[in-house]
Amino acid sequence: MSRTTLKWLIAVAGIAALTSVAVTPAAMAKDISLSFYYPVAVGGPIPKIIDGYVAGFENDNPGIKINAVYAGTYQDTLVKALTAFKSGEPPDIAVLLSTDMFTLIDEDAIAPFDGLIKSDDDKAWLKSFYPAFMANSQTGGKTWGIPFQRSTVVMFWNKDAFKAAGLDPDKAPDTWDELVADGGKLTKRDAAGAASQWTVEIPSTGFPYWLFQGLTTANDVRLMNQTGTQTYFDKPAVIQALQFWVDLSRKEKIQPEGTIEWGTTPKDFVERKTAIMWTSTGNLTNVRNNAGFPFGVAMLPAHLGRGSPTGGGNFYLFKKMTDEKREAAFKFIKWMTTPERAADWGIATGYVAVRPDAWDTPAMKKYAADFPAATVARDQLKYAVAELSTHDNQRVTKALNDGIQAALTGTKTPEQAMKDAQAEAARILRPYQ
Amino acid sequence: MQSSKSIAAAAAPPVPRARLVPMRLAVHIHGWLLLLPAAVLLVAFTHYPAVATILDSFFSTPKGLRPAVFVGLENYQAMIYDPVFWRALQNNIIYAASVIPLTIALALAMAILINGKIAGRPLLRLSFFTPTVLPMIAVANIWLFFYSPGYGLLDQALGVFGIGPHNWLGDQHTALACLIAVAIWKDAGFFMIFYLAALQQMSPQLAEAAAIEGAGRWYFFRRVTFPLLMPTTLFVLINAIINSFRLIDHIVVMTRGGPDNTTALLLFYIYEVGFKYWDTAYAATLTVMLLALLAFLALGQFLFLDRRIHYQ
Repeated sequence: MSRTTLKWLIAVAGIAALTSVAVTPAAMAKDISLSFYYPVAVGGPIPKIIDGYVAGFENDNPGIKINAVYAGTYQDTLVKALTAFKSGEPPDIAVLLSTDMFTLIDEDAIAPFDGLIKSDDDKAWLKSFYPAFMANSQTGGKTWGIPFQRSTVVMFWNKDAFKAAGLDPDKAPDTWDELVADGGKLTKRDAAGAASQWTVEIPSTGFPYWLFQGLTTANDVRLMNQTGTQTYFDKPAVIQALQFWVDLSRKEKIQPEGTIEWGTTPKDFVERKTAIMWTSTGNLTNVRNNAGFPFGVAMLPAHLGRGSPTGGGNFYLFKKMTDEKREAAFKFIKWMTTPERAADWGIATGYVAVRPDAWDTPAMKKYAADFPAATVARDQLKYAVAELSTHDNQRVTKALNDGIQAALTGTKTPEQAMKDAQAEAARILRPYQ
Repeated sequence: MQSSKSIAAAAAPPVPRARLVPMRLAVHIHGWLLLLPAAVLLVAFTHYPAVATILDSFFSTPKGLRPAVFVGLENYQAMIYDPVFWRALQNNIIYAASVIPLTIALALAMAILINGKIAGRPLLRLSFFTPTVLPMIAVANIWLFFYSPGYGLLDQALGVFGIGPHNWLGDQHTALACLIAVAIWKDAGFFMIFYLAALQQMSPQLAEAAAIEGAGRWYFFRRVTFPLLMPTTLFVLINAIINSFRLIDHIVVMTRGGPDNTTALLLFYIYEVGFKYWDTAYAATLTVMLLALLAFLALGQFLFLDRRIHYQ
């Protein structure tokens, strides 16, 4: 490097240093910077959408900067947010599972939204969400989460398989009895008696409790109370629901035995290994792109009643924040949940748009007309219940998951499995009562 | 270097006799300064966390506004009454007892095979080593589909022989065995490299001498090759044991400990307790258990096996 270039470099660096010193204090005085943890891996289409929203918000609100941090899965994001919180540097805003509400409250990590809701506009905004989504967002008379990317369990069916079995391809089984009756025709076996096509798959790994709620709700029973301090796993109606699930495999022989992997179920469906699957609305786009046959989406079949749990993520506000930052964060969350944005987000991702008026926007109306399956999840919300969520949530759901898996693999009777799960849950929840 | 020189230089001028003590001191300071970077890292990332973990296991988990309080051995008592812990420990013992000997045997067999003069040797070497290069998460995702009932590779292969589809990962009797197979497949190639290196170090004169004496191939392996490979075997054994307690990525991807804790290993359970239930004190207690177990195993290896090994 020659001496003159070096001189030049030093001069340039010096000027840069001077200007940055001159500029930063002014910028710092008015810019509010907020960190926003969002549960998705870096890359792919979703971070791009979020980046677009963030840029749009910053454009509309000069002086507020949002630093989106893409933190992996829901579980990874919770781990990162809580570890950051415990080391004294929590994020300001985070999208985390709605069921993590009690955990976050118990850790004293989040602040309720109530103090921020002052104007009539704000009150109307809070009331604008589907009540089914708010069930997992409120407790003890306070609102702790704002619905953002929410989903529910629906039933996908293969119309070709129905036609081949001599069933009406446009009508999915609407009740448990119809499901079992159709099952007699839909299950295909080879000469040795091994099934080459099953009737139904209800996945049972990872979070079997969530799909189980699709059965218990239809059997007209709830799994926990609103304050998250009590569970009802050993109620007769819950045991009956589990018995039905087990019977699909062991008695009716229309579902594979043992636990069914959540991750490979959509693959089983597109590979025609099962004519019907229960899964999240979040798989809609995936199946739409990969299924080589016409398929339909229906509400979960009813029994004594109808219903499905909700799922997915909420916005949370973390505690340690100045009032000024809190107002800015609140502004961002309101901006992200306007009807237009809720519609746009729903169309782009397959999540259920979180407020009824989002479905009246022109974009959403057009989307729903082109792709009626998208509206099934919305219509099912009328019957939706809160996803299982209690204090010490992961431990309690684990007790239920273990019980469900023990019954499905045949190591325990449904009755024994649910009694054990209830005893374990009661033991875990004792300190919170 | 700089510091020792300057200290020596500063102490140098006045009286020659007074220099002796500072000189010795300077050597010590010099030595400690050289050690410092390594020592700082070791203390900060190994010793301090280990001690903190042991201390944490005697306290309750701090929650929200409630700070941690001293609870003595209560966490250990809870552990003794925790059926999932015993299940995880039992699973881990079965897992280690299957993975370790099978991996080592397979690694040795593969190394001997590709050490000989056979056709397509580079290709074989490559294919044996490939699983090692893949990340465990990717391996687990591939095997997840190998095991899927019906159209998975395993069921398709068995279907040729008329064996019906089986729900490999969803059956309590086969789930753990499936994970063991993945671990063996993943690690055998890695250990093979060490055996291969050791085999190539071995003098060909030994084989020639044995051939002249008329020793059979099996006899030669049993009495010459295997004993000479013992240092490598010890090294591989220690690594295999550590891996069998340390690698849980495939469990996270393939079964998440299910069905009903059949595939929960100790470290996976510690992760669940620590980062899903946020019961950090109990997770610390379980970690102490794991540490004690590993320390015990390592001690056994060094005290017992080391004596029986012939180093060249």
